[in-house]
Amino acid sequence: MSEGIGAPVKRKEDKRFITGKGKYTDDIRMENQAYAAFARSPHAHAEINGIETSAAEAMSGVIAVLDGAQLTGDGIGNLICGWAISSKDGSPMNMGAWSALATEKVRYVGDAVAVVIAESKEEAQAAAEAIEVSYNELPVAANIAAALADGAPQVHENAPGNVIYDWELGDGDATAAALAGAAHVTEMDITNNRLAPNAMEPRSAVATYDDAEDHYTLYSTSQNPHVARLVLSAFYQVAPEHKLRVIAPDVGGGFGSKIYIYPEEIVCLWASMKTRRSVKWTAERTEAFLTDAHGRDHVTKARMGFDSDGRIVGFKVSTKANFGAYMSLFSSAVPTYLYATLLSGTYDIPAIHCEVLACYTNTVPVDAYRGAGRPEASFVVERLMETAAREMGKDPAELRRVNFVKEFPYQTQVIMNYDSGDFEGNMNQAMEAADWAGFTARKAEAANRGKLRGIGMACYIEACGIAPSAAVGSLGAGVGLWESAEVRVNPVGTIEVLTGSHSHGQGHETTFAQVVAERFGVPLDSIQIVHGDTDKVQFGMGTYGSRSGPVGISAIVKACDKVEVKVRKIAAHLLECNPDDLVLEDSQVKVPGTNKALGWHEVGLAAYTAHNLPADMEPGLKEGAFYDPENFTFPMGCFVAEVEIDPGTGKTDVVKFVASDDFGVIINPMIVEGQVHGGIAQGVGQALLEEMVYDESGQPVSGSYMDYTMPRAEDVPSFVVEHHNTRCATNPLGIKGCGEAGAIGSPPAVINAITDAIGNNDVSMPATPAKVWAAIQASGTSMAAE
Amino acid sequence: MHSLNYHKASNASEAARLLSGTEDGKFLAGGQTLIPAMKTRLAAPSDLVDVSGAADLRGITVSGRDVTIGAATTHAEVAASGELRNVCPSICEMAANIGDPAVRHRGTIGGSIANNDPAADYPAAMLALGATIKTASREMAADDFFVGLFETALEDDELITSIGFTAPEAGAYAKFPNPASRYAMCGVFVARGDGGVRVGVTGAGADGAFRAGEFEAALGGEFSAEALNGISVNAEEMLSDIHGDGVYRANLVSVMARRAVAAAS
Ligand SMILES: Cc1cc2nc3c(=O)[nH]c(=O)nc-3n(C[C@H](O)[C@H](O)[C@H](O)COP(=O)(O)OP(=O)(O)OC[C@H]3O[C@@H](n4cnc5c(N)ncnc54)[C@H](O)[C@@H]3O)c2cc1C
Repeated sequence: MSEGIGAPVKRKEDKRFITGKGKYTDDIRMENQAYAAFARSPHAHAEINGIETSAAEAMSGVIAVLDGAQLTGDGIGNLICGWAISSKDGSPMNMGAWSALATEKVRYVGDAVAVVIAESKEEAQAAAEAIEVSYNELPVAANIAAALADGAPQVHENAPGNVIYDWELGDGDATAAALAGAAHVTEMDITNNRLAPNAMEPRSAVATYDDAEDHYTLYSTSQNPHVARLVLSAFYQVAPEHKLRVIAPDVGGGFGSKIYIYPEEIVCLWASMKTRRSVKWTAERTEAFLTDAHGRDHVTKARMGFDSDGRIVGFKVSTKANFGAYMSLFSSAVPTYLYATLLSGTYDIPAIHCEVLACYTNTVPVDAYRGAGRPEASFVVERLMETAAREMGKDPAELRRVNFVKEFPYQTQVIMNYDSGDFEGNMNQAMEAADWAGFTARKAEAANRGKLRGIGMACYIEACGIAPSAAVGSLGAGVGLWESAEVRVNPVGTIEVLTGSHSHGQGHETTFAQVVAERFGVPLDSIQIVHGDTDKVQFGMGTYGSRSGPVGISAIVKACDKVEVKVRKIAAHLLECNPDDLVLEDSQVKVPGTNKALGWHEVGLAAYTAHNLPADMEPGLKEGAFYDPENFTFPMGCFVAEVEIDPGTGKTDVVKFVASDDFGVIINPMIVEGQVHGGIAQGVGQALLEEMVYDESGQPVSGSYMDYTMPRAEDVPSFVVEHHNTRCATNPLGIKGCGEAGAIGSPPAVINAITDAIGNNDVSMPATPAKVWAAIQASGTSMAAE
Repeated sequence: MHSLNYHKASNASEAARLLSGTEDGKFLAGGQTLIPAMKTRLAAPSDLVDVSGAADLRGITVSGRDVTIGAATTHAEVAASGELRNVCPSICEMAANIGDPAVRHRGTIGGSIANNDPAADYPAAMLALGATIKTASREMAADDFFVGLFETALEDDELITSIGFTAPEAGAYAKFPNPASRYAMCGVFVARGDGGVRVGVTGAGADGAFRAGEFEAALGGEFSAEALNGISVNAEEMLSDIHGDGVYRANLVSVMARRAVAAAS
């Protein structure tokens, strides 16, 4: 079987994962290693009056107790948000100071105040508990409504009214006019529930300062070690880049939460310099709930207007976004350029206006989480489409069909330019696979069993492959979002591919190798993918936003282009033929139909012996490339969910789930299907189960698995995953990306199905049994079913 | 660093003796509640006296319809006992759905009822089966044993040795699991025996497991799900949390009771 593009080859990395031989940050053991434990605020909002550390310092095994005054005294800089967003009036966003160890005030439960470095983890934890912090508790703004209320407690002095920015996109006047003239307007209040990311591997850091070299090494659970090094160096002043090596070894899931640089990594690096010890910290699950950046948390009012034929004439969206207590690294971009830009959905909408009010609250920071902005957009658009269809008495599929974008490229009213797609094709495929036509019979059959059955669809679209650097730069990004690659052919013909992408579950070691194997006609196992180490890979922007395929692989393709040119030149020189007549296949470089052929390894050897190379050619066979995308990519698809609800308890079972995705060209269909499965499970989790709840005083209420409901195998059916792909027009292989789609399209599909089943459209996420039961009571459907 | 002493008892009296010599010791059975509490530093006993290997605390005996279950008997053993299933399948079914396999192979009936978690399954069964809880020095009726949230009639350092009950003629347990923890959000155990019908409810009550008197009276008249129509518990006396308010839990009590009765009849 082929091992190249399109082949479902088994993952090369799985042997080590399945046999327990993966090497994660917590597996790293340095000589002379000490452990860090943090003293954290039990209050959501309080002034720090004093920190008493003497008892902790006297405890067994304690090497040092360090606090924020020492940290800032040593010149360690505040954490920053790297994407500048301006308000409507042109004023810059109000970024409050975030010190890795709080100095004057704590702003959320879990805010780190001091750290203990000790000989063992247990000693460090015991001493951290013995640190006595005297707090003066302050009133708390625990949610969006509390933060924006008159007289709300101020989370940061420089953000009056807790407003970070008041931003807009699109044409307000045109949209208002369109809605005023609409034949029908659908209006909804929509909440997008706050989620805790819950990667299986908790965050971890091992920092080592080398006194003799004045050099730092950080092992870290990072999705982007180079970005971590850049930020640690340029903004947090931990060490200059050439004196700091960041290694992200095997990483057990990220979902966005490991993009950001957190206080703990900064503190471990700094403490390692202070104590001249390697310092290790690994989050406990409780710490993960308290400190990993959360996702979503929007409150939205949306109005969509239609003409009498059901064509959308205008769409107005006003969203309030909860940022938590501090602005995390990419937080500002999520409810703006990753959200508002997708509000055209898969539809041709002539007028769109989106306003976003971002605010501080006394909760853990919120940032990108699988999908990041796009699930929120997709939920708003697809809930409105469904609701509008019901209100206007139209078939939900037909309403979508009428409004689909049908010609490409398509310029939306909110920046994005869709390059390709066949939206109707995906919807048809999904409806067929779901046997949409047979639903009525299934509903009747379920009613006989006392169950309420419903069906719902969602046609999502997202923007992946972030992003053209100049474009995002003009929108406020502090970095470029290209990717780099280096392809090294060894003298024996084996190949190392160095990539700036980072794999934390995606299977890059397999898919990236498949691309190169196909390109050079060599076996998959002769290729090694190298990533995650700033000493090995020169630079990279990392993995998030489904960018590794469209951007990371494109960089590899570009480097392969250069290698191939040189290979052809060398082989043509040795075989005395025209470089263009050569083909690369079966581990040979040859002229078809002749006996002119060299083994792939012979070309490699020739490059390195350099005994007989074309005139003026340098020895060696190694090329690098930076790839800057010319556009985002636009994966899209149609999901159909079918649910059965127990009217007695309100419990929803997702009995059928069909996905029809357009991911462009697919490298490894098995891995892609796995990404879809995981994404849908996460989306079903958001729709039915998951919510990070804080009470009025800012205490997390669902801060453990006793109360935070993760999706389990029994919560999801066996998925039907179909593809109707169109090639991406803007990158060399035609790849669109697939990492987030499942999580983006599934929440609206599930909620549309539930509201269909119970005949009450007023159900918010997570649609817990209690909520669904209450909605059934409100609508009176239960009697009909029982 | 917190250190503690671990002792392993080979029988009940040794366990009691070992514990009496400690400063702030605790019995350790399956450790499925106590160990997590220690890990999160909610409990920090000076000593643990492990009773899981105490031979006289383990095992199930059935004589006629009289059942005795040793306090250190695991949920898995209760679930798998053929002898017990012959006379009282409902308790086997209940035990088979506690937690996950790892929990069931460590967790014990004695630990569960001593802990009296308001969402634990066993308390409902104990109430409905009219069980007797035995310690070294006394016997208590389940009705008197469960006092409140995480509170029982046990004295400090008093060891449960076994649980006894007479198998009912019919019984069933219907559980609606908490979506996150899978403990009971509402579990109703219904038993019909010589003394009439008893209905034990767990997970729902604001004060822990309770007996639903009105349900019992109605079912005493006619043992059918329909007999419960129109009867409900007081929503104000139910638990209210992020998973559901009192009104919802009161509904669950009615729904689970009807399902348990249907399964038992
Ligand atoms: C993941 C998970 C899921 C769970 N799901 C459920 C569920 O669905 N339903 C449910 O009911 N439970 C559930 N449990 C709890 C489980 O049933 C425990 O077994 C039970 O709560 C305690 O029993 P144990 O033997 O583990 O007791 P331990 O944890 O060892 O002890 C608990 C307490 O009881 C005391 N104790 C123990 N034995 C005795 C005795 N003989 N006499 C006096 N005091 C004693 C101990 O000192 C301690 O205070 C779950 C637990 C976990 C970890």
